Amino acid sequence: MDLKTLYRSVIMDHYKNPKNKGLINDDNYLTVHLNNPTCGDDLIVQLLIKDNKIIDLRQQGKGCSICCASASVASELLKNKEISEASRITQTFYDMLTGQEIKDKSVLEDAVAFEGVGQFPARIKCATLAWKAYEKGLNPLEGEHNNE
Amino acid sequence: MIDVKKIRKQFPVYQKYPNIRFFDSAASAFKHQSVISAMTDYLSFNGTNVHRGVYHLAAEATESYENSRSVVANFINCKPTEVIFTKSTTHGINLAANSLAKLLKKDDEIVISELEHHSNLLPWLEMADKLDIVVRFIPLEDGMITIPNFKKVLTNKTKLVITHHMSNVLGYITPLMDMSKLAHDVGAIVVVDAAQSILHVKTDVKVLDVDILAFSGHKIYGPNGIGILYMKEALINKLSPTEFGGEMVDKVHLDGSTWKSGPYKFEAGTPAIAEAIGLARALEFMNEVGVDNIHQHELFLRNYCIDKLKDEPGLTIFNKHGQSSIISFNINDVHPHDTASFLDQHGVAVRAGHHCNQLTMKYLEQDSTVRASFAVYNSLEDCDILIKAILETRDFFHNL
Repeated sequence: MDLKTLYRSVIMDHYKNPKNKGLINDDNYLTVHLNNPTCGDDLIVQLLIKDNKIIDLRQQGKGCSICCASASVASELLKNKEISEASRITQTFYDMLTGQEIKDKSVLEDAVAFEGVGQFPARIKCATLAWKAYEKGLNPLEGEHNNE
Repeated sequence: MIDVKKIRKQFPVYQKYPNIRFFDSAASAFKHQSVISAMTDYLSFNGTNVHRGVYHLAAEATESYENSRSVVANFINCKPTEVIFTKSTTHGINLAANSLAKLLKKDDEIVISELEHHSNLLPWLEMADKLDIVVRFIPLEDGMITIPNFKKVLTNKTKLVITHHMSNVLGYITPLMDMSKLAHDVGAIVVVDAAQSILHVKTDVKVLDVDILAFSGHKIYGPNGIGILYMKEALINKLSPTEFGGEMVDKVHLDGSTWKSGPYKFEAGTPAIAEAIGLARALEFMNEVGVDNIHQHELFLRNYCIDKLKDEPGLTIFNKHGQSSIISFNINDVHPHDTASFLDQHGVAVRAGHHCNQLTMKYLEQDSTVRASFAVYNSLEDCDILIKAILETRDFFHNL
């Protein structure tokens, strides 16, 4: 995929008009802060989880367009999903970027646009940072994903 | 004038990637053929240790290794016994900081700047924290260190003056000679990170009158895994080693040991022999071409690019007036990593990020920048493609 096509599609749209942007001052939300010290991408996400379901997601940060757009796309996609479903979608997203075989790509909806990032290995971490942050919120006890 | 075509034939990477437009030499430069050949020769036909065996091969290895020390000494104009082989600039500076720590006490002062690479910042901040030492930062003027500002933070309590010789983000050259004189007037020791400057500025430690100076092999067309720490003879004799083990020791007793003299007490363990040999060949290559010629070539390319870019809208250049081989810039409202990925599509390799220099980024009020750095093998054609790629990337993002 040509880089321009990749950027022209969903990435720039979400970069310029991010969804679920801005944090909420509410203790019911779980907050996760992740950064990539190599490039300076820095992201805070918030999750409101009730009865094993993600009710709301918020995100705020600074970084390259791939990182910020990915945070926006993921926030839309994972909202109103059961935790197990969200985990499955997240894993599918990782598999897509690392070129693994995927049975059902349709669960990724708009996030499919990031498939092309897989051709630019140095940028895969940009695309996954937000997902790692949401994942950490879903499995807060499963160890650190920070500084990757 | 440098004949780039001829030079490129001496860098095998161009055989595999003839069309790469490489502008990241300030991070790590391509390796010269003579470096690779000399290292391969040692690894293929020798491979023995230095300063140990008495057989012929071992003596030959020792001779090559010590000959490399002499090449380094000639290059920076010091005695071979003032040249310590290290792993890297970072290792050298840590070694210096750990050794110097024993000379310092609470409330002493050190002078440093926000322009330092993390490798010449964190070892000192750590040391200062442990010893409760006061750290004074030189106020910057347009991203530069000036003598009047340096004087503002230099006091009778200053024990160390720590500085780079050439900024890895902005490429500005520090007025070292004058700083050394002023520092010595108050009895301070001058420690210099020369990782960037060593291949751009003639480095004569006697003329500069610095006490300690560090650089590494991988930025000067040589190997990684090897660095140099120059230390004035009086200091080498005064300071104690901080790493212990094989080869650095003189006599070992149950109740205390004594160390070798000169640089050897700082070289614990088997050194990076092939790399030391390779580093010396890299310096010889630079001698053949001439550091002044390399510098003029890079400056010519840099100024050529600056002239074409400086009045373009939508770009911010952070060091328009630099005197060396680095351009730091951003395409407005475009993250440097996005820029770098787009330039990569044109075969243009640049660095994007904070360049291991978060304090300079804060000073510039940026999270990161794009850095293009020039080297002996860059051509005008490279520059034209770099410029075209930057402008096309700007147009793409600004018209989305």
